[in-house]
Amino acid sequence: MSNKDAYWAKTKNHMIVTLVLWAFFSLVVFMFGSELNTMSFLGYPLAYYMTAQGSLLAFVIMLFWTANKQEKIDEEHGFSEREED
Amino acid sequence: MKGGFVKNLPKVYGLYTGGFAVFILLMAMAEQAGVSAKNIGVMFVAFTVLIYAFIGYLSRTIQVDAYYVAGRQVPTVFNGMATAADWMSGASFVALAGGVYFGGYTYMAFLVGWTGGYVLVATLMAPYLRKFGCYTVPDFIGTRYGGNLVRACSVFVLFIASFTYVTAQINATGTIASRALGIPFEAGVWVGLISILICSMLGGMRAVTWTQVAQYIVLIIAYLIPVFWISNKVGGGVFPHLMLGDEVARLGELEQQFGLVKNSAADMKAAGVPGGLKYISGTHAGVPEGGMAVWKYLSLAICMMVGTASLPHILMRYFTTPSVKAARKSVAWSLFFIFLLYSSAPMLATLSKLALMDPNLPTGIIGKSISDVQSIEWVQRWSEVKQVFIADFNGDGILQLNEWFMRGDVVVLATPEVAGLPFVISGLVFAGGMAAAMSTADGLVLAISNALSHDIYYKIIDPKADTAKRLLVARVLLVIIGAAGAYIASFRLTSILGSVAWAFDFAMSGLFFPLVLGVWWKRATRQGAIAGIITGILSGLFYLLWVYPKFSVPIFGGVNTPFLGIDHLRFGLIGAPICLVVMVVVSLMTKEPDAATQKMVDDTRIPTGKAILGKQH
Repeated sequence: MSNKDAYWAKTKNHMIVTLVLWAFFSLVVFMFGSELNTMSFLGYPLAYYMTAQGSLLAFVIMLFWTANKQEKIDEEHGFSEREED
Repeated sequence: MKGGFVKNLPKVYGLYTGGFAVFILLMAMAEQAGVSAKNIGVMFVAFTVLIYAFIGYLSRTIQVDAYYVAGRQVPTVFNGMATAADWMSGASFVALAGGVYFGGYTYMAFLVGWTGGYVLVATLMAPYLRKFGCYTVPDFIGTRYGGNLVRACSVFVLFIASFTYVTAQINATGTIASRALGIPFEAGVWVGLISILICSMLGGMRAVTWTQVAQYIVLIIAYLIPVFWISNKVGGGVFPHLMLGDEVARLGELEQQFGLVKNSAADMKAAGVPGGLKYISGTHAGVPEGGMAVWKYLSLAICMMVGTASLPHILMRYFTTPSVKAARKSVAWSLFFIFLLYSSAPMLATLSKLALMDPNLPTGIIGKSISDVQSIEWVQRWSEVKQVFIADFNGDGILQLNEWFMRGDVVVLATPEVAGLPFVISGLVFAGGMAAAMSTADGLVLAISNALSHDIYYKIIDPKADTAKRLLVARVLLVIIGAAGAYIASFRLTSILGSVAWAFDFAMSGLFFPLVLGVWWKRATRQGAIAGIITGILSGLFYLLWVYPKFSVPIFGGVNTPFLGIDHLRFGLIGAPICLVVMVVVSLMTKEPDAATQKMVDDTRIPTGKAILGKQH
């Protein structure tokens, strides 16, 4: 397997992991809305909290994490861009 | 503006923010000195719009890559702010909190949808489109699949999706301009349009970028100050986002106490409730029971997420970063800046609802005598313009929860007044709404006119046109598109044109899979893409005509019951899967793309190396 192919395989895996997390916070959580709402977080019913703030926050954190991870994959395979000035 | 300007950005916008803060203080002093509320509103809107126009003028350019992609030198964080302003429309600013106020948990599927979509943008699209080096979204599709037909098809989808959206934005700009300046709506629309064009005409993407950053700063200040202030004033806690748990629980108790009653349509008609006004009939935090309710939530979230990832005016913002790496980070920053507003909307809705419903608070009106409520100053003022309405259904002279009607926008526009904040805050909110509506309208008008000037005029009609001619055509189209949007908006057709959600459904029906498969599936062919785009957008469009009650097209048998709960807000769930299936089947039936195209896809996938399309093309 060439370096390019290895790079793309890793990138693909990383994409899948990110999308699984994404699906969890955007879809799976809300499949169990009524069950989750019986629990509470910061005093809010949990499902309410997730749709008002929790999932949104998870997406923000996920995006910074995923960008950093992808940069590491770039570096490992020598495809990292030089910092532009 | 050269490298020096980009290096000095934090300083420039720091000074700008400081200047704006000083302006707010001056207005507060003017209010104390007795300047009327109306004049403060006028000064807020006029001052901010003049600044945007000034930035637009300073950013004028005669270079193609500056006009189309801001010279690809917009730093990560600033591009994040510009995208957030581009994204958050006038509707988001004035209507989102109102939507949560009336819709509760169910409505908040929009919040998840409009943020979750950025995960798709970051993982599937933005970095690869940036590497490709295209000027517009159809530029990518036209080059990847090759040929004018596929390019023209994608321009068609872009046009339908963005134009649906832009009329709503110009409408919002007009509404806010007319209220703040005290002029008729029709005049407000044209004032709005001129402000929008001044920001974008001379400098294209470069001018829009730097005005959008300025607009973001205004709109986020205008949204957050009232939320924090009101929270502290009604005892919600210093940091509402973390501290409103008790208030949400209290709303549940009050709902029990007052009872959630559904009014019959006949009663509401008899009482003469003005159109567009709503009342609270559902719970604030409760989750509706049943599989259908869950599906309704999920299907709406899916449409909004996939639609977000296909909207050209958002994708094109990531063409302006200096590198692929910066494009990825920039998506994260965009979402962070969007999160600041979106996570505040439910808090504002909670505070606003509590302020009106809690009888223990001095602002509470539900459960009070109607004659008392009608003598409150803000109730009078908003009743005059038919934004709030009282109907005493049971004739007991006491205001019940189901007897209080209000337009959703009032939550953002009037809550400062309700909570007794000084008028300077209301003026600030007007300026914020104007900034939000203008920034989105700018991005959309530019997305449409760029696609027409670059992809249709330059790439298809006259490939030999020189730079001066290309930019002239781009500017003329910009004015035409803006004027067409304003013309339609001035007829107030938006209630017929329906929801901004349609823009998301159109974009996802025709663009999502051609874009994703263009990067992630080498085997995708030109014929597959053409067939996918055409069947996707047409099936979505026909389903919309079939399902939307207001159209009730005779050949489709008038009004139809939505299939599987897929109503007019969710028709992308019909278009996008059809687009995918057709695109895959036709691609597999046709000859696989040639070696040059396959190499192009390989190069797109790697951050380093030359862009597929040159700096000037």
